[in-house]
Amino acid sequence: MTSKRSTSVRPTYGWGWARWAWRTLTSMRTAVVLLMFLALAAVPGSFLPQRNVASDPAAVERFYGEHPDLAPWLDRFSFFNVYAAPWFAAVYLLLLVSMMGCVLPRCRRLWRECRAAPARSPKRLSHLEHHREFVADASADAVLAHGAEFLRRRRYRVVLAGKEVRAEKGYLREVGNLVFHLSLLVLLVGVALGKLFGFEGRAAIAEGETFTNVQSSYDAFTPSALTDVEGLTSFAMTLESLEAEFAMVGSRMGEPRAFDARVSYTRDDGSTSSTSIRPNQPLDVEGTKLFLSGHGYAPRVTVRDGDGEVAFSGPVIFLPMDGNFTSDGVIKAPNASPTQLGFEGLLLPTDAGFGGDRSQFPDLLAPRLDLTAYAGDLGMDSGLPQSVFTLELGGIEEVAQQSLRVGETMKLPDGAGSITFDGVDRFANFQIAYDPGKEISLVAAIMLMVGLTASLVIRRRRVWIRCAESPMGLVVEMAGQSLTRRGSPAADFDDLARELNEPTEPEARS
Amino acid sequence: MNSAQLSDDLITAAVITYALAFCFQAAGLAIERVRRSTRRVPTLAVASAGVSRVSDSSTPAATHRSVYGLVGRMGTVLLGFGFVLNLVAVILRGAAAGRAPWGNMYEFAIVGATAIAAAYLVGLRIYPIEKLGIWVIGLVLVVLGCAATILYTPTDALIPVLNSYWLAIHVGAAILAGGAFTVAAVASLAQLLRIRHRSDSEVDPLERVSYGLILFAFPVWTFAVIAGAVWAEAAWGRYWGWDPKETWAFITWVFYAAYLHAQSTAGWRGRRAAWFSLLGYAAFLFNFVGVNMWIPGLHSYAGV
Repeated sequence: MTSKRSTSVRPTYGWGWARWAWRTLTSMRTAVVLLMFLALAAVPGSFLPQRNVASDPAAVERFYGEHPDLAPWLDRFSFFNVYAAPWFAAVYLLLLVSMMGCVLPRCRRLWRECRAAPARSPKRLSHLEHHREFVADASADAVLAHGAEFLRRRRYRVVLAGKEVRAEKGYLREVGNLVFHLSLLVLLVGVALGKLFGFEGRAAIAEGETFTNVQSSYDAFTPSALTDVEGLTSFAMTLESLEAEFAMVGSRMGEPRAFDARVSYTRDDGSTSSTSIRPNQPLDVEGTKLFLSGHGYAPRVTVRDGDGEVAFSGPVIFLPMDGNFTSDGVIKAPNASPTQLGFEGLLLPTDAGFGGDRSQFPDLLAPRLDLTAYAGDLGMDSGLPQSVFTLELGGIEEVAQQSLRVGETMKLPDGAGSITFDGVDRFANFQIAYDPGKEISLVAAIMLMVGLTASLVIRRRRVWIRCAESPMGLVVEMAGQSLTRRGSPAADFDDLARELNEPTEPEARS
Repeated sequence: MNSAQLSDDLITAAVITYALAFCFQAAGLAIERVRRSTRRVPTLAVASAGVSRVSDSSTPAATHRSVYGLVGRMGTVLLGFGFVLNLVAVILRGAAAGRAPWGNMYEFAIVGATAIAAAYLVGLRIYPIEKLGIWVIGLVLVVLGCAATILYTPTDALIPVLNSYWLAIHVGAAILAGGAFTVAAVASLAQLLRIRHRSDSEVDPLERVSYGLILFAFPVWTFAVIAGAVWAEAAWGRYWGWDPKETWAFITWVFYAAYLHAQSTAGWRGRRAAWFSLLGYAAFLFNFVGVNMWIPGLHSYAGV
């Protein structure tokens, strides 16, 4: 970014202010101030709950409940969506414009400098870095040719002109600087592609169940503006088994130690494969990635109705409520006759037998299922959508309550039916994501890293060697100039002097 | 005695050694101050901010060395010993856990202390920063003290999501950068605390210290953030999600970027730039302490 400004401004009426504004915007000072604003603008998003960002989707609503006066105002100014807020975008877009206004002219200048010869020497070399002067016992041409050859070997660009050698190296510093700044633009493209065409979703799948990749299979699906919702990669995945391992001893007892979801999946072309999905080891099906993001329990039950017919059978996903996976859920049997049956359940994967209604360990050691049975009209025929995790209590009444161990059966009064606790399956929560921009973002990140390192490590510097005849003999003068804040490395000059047979103990050394 | 226990004992030994180093450095500074005031050397205000002034003409390097003397240098040697004990403790901790020894707050803290001491010792070979030593050792003592008392947890295996080679890369790079940021922040603080202003034409030796260290640490930090993004993509399905830890890593990065830009802006070098170094460090520190302890997010691995 330009740190120098030209001092002479021609009086161009009308356009003067525009010129002034542009120059101010692209000045380094503005860039520093904008960087500070960018940092400060990012702060509120880490303290306030965010939509589409946080791991806890209900956080914003909870905040509304706790601060009913403040929340609408914060919402009005996008404080629950800071990173998509207009004022946040304003800061980084201004910064990008400021940056481009500075970087593009510098690209042009670098191009010119790369094609031009290294600059001629200033009149007095003695003011410069690493200045040395000594009398040599050789001809000027030989000294200069030798010096030029040495500098070329050190990968300087060298020009031999008259009685002096001009050399310069470190152009890659500026190239690195430009690559770094341009990489930020590339990164923006990568991020934008992901935000325009990608999607994110969640699906809970019990052991033995199959997930088909269409929008309706997802428990939550967040498409982007231009996501091709009809054209999701088609595949079907079955969760064969989910194994979980927990720390059994020590101060971290109950902390998870390993998860392993065995899955088999069928692609569009009919090919079937099986694999493991573990934390840090997602499944990638043509760019759609499935991550194991959580787990829980799904008790397996069989519901029989008053006629003795099986009205429902299979695993039902219960949602964990605490760290030890005390889980709750409901079981619905709308096909039961003579009346529909519904159950509210509480599952304790480990009930050590102390009583109470909290699980004592997250693993499935001694499961207990507490059920409350209801009979009546479940209200599912009204056509209104209903949550699978709650019962509509309007048309039903409680008929029984019992704690069951695996294999036990609860009989309902008046011959309404029964429910058997057959066992417990696990279910896996999968985070499913598709981001077509991420490869571009990765390229940008590599450009950024390489460019940044080059621009900070490489030192751009010039070297001049000059010869003059004097009564004492040939006076050789050499000096360097660093174009960066850190000085040129001294070793280059020591080696150069040695190469040119500088007599030992030079007098003039700055 | 198993290696986990040995590691704990070595941390205690390191704390004692650092404390001794602290005392020696303090004594060294006191001796220098007394000698200076009896000799009426005019740069009195300097010692209070703990600032080395070897390049200053009023304290030539030779007298500096004799004045600062043996006591202060013994402090530096003790700091070196403390560093070795600390490093061995970290290695043993890793051996006991069978993984990179940075999986919870206690381990972040003991490795962080090692990184700070290392950054100072390396910096000392390049720059004349003997007198920042006491501040650095003080910080290391606070970090290790908190580690041993509040944060301590016995060695244990990792939760599955942390169990990846990216842990060694991502967190290792962040801690390495953190060590250098810390010493840079100490130098910037000393620069700001100093009472006498320098003329603008002269580059403050303290600024050279913080600039050099940040020049090293900034790319390392950038790498840590990128490695974190790559890991997040493999673990959570997105490379950037504005999780509080990610947000504060971003804020830290932007402040240090502002620092580097300020360094090449006329009129912003010196004290103004030093403020950015401190702001960046404050963000870094908050990310390590505040975000781990108080803000819920995907990075809540404090384990305390």
